[in-house]
Amino acid sequence: MDKQSNDNNAQEPDNGSVGVPAPEGPANLIDTDYVIGQDNVATTKFGLEIDLHGKVFSISALIILFFVIITLALQDQVGPAFTALRPWLTNNMAWFFLFSANIFVLLAVVLIFTPLGRVRLGGMHAKPDFSYMGWFAMLFAAGMGIGLMFYGVAEPMTHFGTSLSGSDWAPLGGAPGNEQAALNLGMAATIFHWGLHPWGIYAIVALALALFSFNKGLPLTMRSIFYPILGERVWGWPGHVIDIVAVFATLFGLATSLGLGAKQAAAGLEYLFGIPGGEVTMVLLITGITCVALTSVLLGVDKGVQRLSQINMVLAALLLLFIIIVGPTMLILSGFFENLWNYAADLPALANPFGRQDSNFMEGWTSFYWAWWISWSPFVGMFIARVSRGRTVREFIIAVLLVPTVISVLWMTAFGGAAIDQFVSNGFQGVKEAALELKLFAMLGQMPLTTITSFIGIVLVIVFFVTSSDSGSLVIDSITAGGKVDAPKPQRVFWAVIEGAIAIALLVGGGAEALQAMVISTGLPFTLVLLAACYAIIVGLKDEPRG
Amino acid sequence: MYSKIMVPVDLAHLEVLQPALKTASDLARHYGAEVCYVGVTATTPGSVARTPEEYQQKLEAFAREQAGDHGQRASARMITSPDPIADLDDVLLQAIEDTGADLVVMATHLPRHLDAVMPSHGDRIAAHTEQSVFLVRVHNRDG
Repeated sequence: MDKQSNDNNAQEPDNGSVGVPAPEGPANLIDTDYVIGQDNVATTKFGLEIDLHGKVFSISALIILFFVIITLALQDQVGPAFTALRPWLTNNMAWFFLFSANIFVLLAVVLIFTPLGRVRLGGMHAKPDFSYMGWFAMLFAAGMGIGLMFYGVAEPMTHFGTSLSGSDWAPLGGAPGNEQAALNLGMAATIFHWGLHPWGIYAIVALALALFSFNKGLPLTMRSIFYPILGERVWGWPGHVIDIVAVFATLFGLATSLGLGAKQAAAGLEYLFGIPGGEVTMVLLITGITCVALTSVLLGVDKGVQRLSQINMVLAALLLLFIIIVGPTMLILSGFFENLWNYAADLPALANPFGRQDSNFMEGWTSFYWAWWISWSPFVGMFIARVSRGRTVREFIIAVLLVPTVISVLWMTAFGGAAIDQFVSNGFQGVKEAALELKLFAMLGQMPLTTITSFIGIVLVIVFFVTSSDSGSLVIDSITAGGKVDAPKPQRVFWAVIEGAIAIALLVGGGAEALQAMVISTGLPFTLVLLAACYAIIVGLKDEPRG
Repeated sequence: MYSKIMVPVDLAHLEVLQPALKTASDLARHYGAEVCYVGVTATTPGSVARTPEEYQQKLEAFAREQAGDHGQRASARMITSPDPIADLDDVLLQAIEDTGADLVVMATHLPRHLDAVMPSHGDRIAAHTEQSVFLVRVHNRDG
């Protein structure tokens, strides 16, 4: 074993101070004696190079192994326990999730307009690593791509249905018997779940990580956010625990979603080509997705992840354009502005955490979504942070908060609006009755060129998974390597393969839902992490030079 | 024969670079060539430096130290990459063009089985550049 340190270089005579020298003014480094990688184990065994954070890697690997074994072996006991934990959390802590998410959005919006928005990530003279298009494509593909495929048709339809019938699941009490009002409410509620709040959550995590890494010189791992609160203690156990939970949430979040995505893709293939959608198909799909993801992580962020994300953007834009042109064009275009307005008008009521009458909707939908977005935020946030060096805070928040929200509004208006229009104008019941994973295909089935568009839909589902899987592997690798992004390649391969393997194990052995419930439960501790991040962002930005 | 020798260096692993550094210095003195030390670093904080600016300072100091120890003319060039592990080969090939080097001296590990799947950087550079490449083997067991 070869403990690595930079002692050879730490005491350059021309650097003045011992340890970490101050850079020439562009940013304000935090003064710490911690050397990135000092707790790492670096060695070459069996011809493979490794460079890992000893504690974070070994403990998270053990916990992961333990949970996979226990959910497979004790399904009947563990499954119900995890599955019961989730509603308990999302119901009892609903006010806390809603309240916190509002804080994140408010802080992000406020930052756009304050002088702090002029701070540049990476120091005043930093230059962006990626073009606007490449950057934005990556943000979006990592953040919610797959969910838009899954829920784009399903969610507006559901809220529209409950609002119309006045069911006790309707948002804000619904609009019984009033089709137009039910449509408005359904769209506003959907957009609420896919708009400012999820992106506000991502923006806060990503901004805090980018700030403390690029401007303050701390390693790119979750623990760095806590430096203003815990000080040097973040390098010890409190920090290890934060990083381990982040690895856990990321890996299981990805593995369970990989399982769900394989289900949707398999269902689509069965619907379209009659390929039997059994376990074999899904295992083959996951294997295929993992192989592509593997190639992509080996090619790296620039040539792998970025290119795939761009392909994805183009395909998604084509599908969106197709639905706008072939579907009810005028309805979608005017609906876009109406929905934007409805969203703005209903936002205060939907986001209010206290004294709500529609507790089913608030607890079963909103609180569930917030926990879900928050449990994904370490992964998405860290990835967004990594590709955002060189942007100003203002530019960053506009790109991470406002632009994706507008795109979500357009997407939901097009996909949901087209499906609801089929129901309202033509009395088509297909989408309403289809299973969740088939709703998209049922809607496309009512339009021309069904085979082509459905096939694009399936490809999009698959490629969105690849882009989540590869960026996830990069994130887990850098957390378990103590914040190093230049750890040896075999580690990336390891994580990408493990992700696929766990997804297959959970799919074949069962227990995916139990673990998904477990992942969502990590939303609660991470809400606290995010609140800490808000504080850290304000403290951190205040002593940065502004351009 | 040669006027500019490019030497890729990793400031985190200087010990394994020693034979390559020595070779480059000796060749430089023999041909009266300049040695350009090229360091590729991530934009995120790493074990060597916490910002690219700091890496640049260390690389320049390293080049001055080499010049002082061995007596050749030396320069330093830092290149940043968001994903240095994946981009290293391409970045170095570009650096050969940009520096106008006519010889590359770089350390490489002994051939091993994994090379078929993940070729060493030396292999890739030698295969893709028109300039001469001198691969210096590292004979230590852990290299």
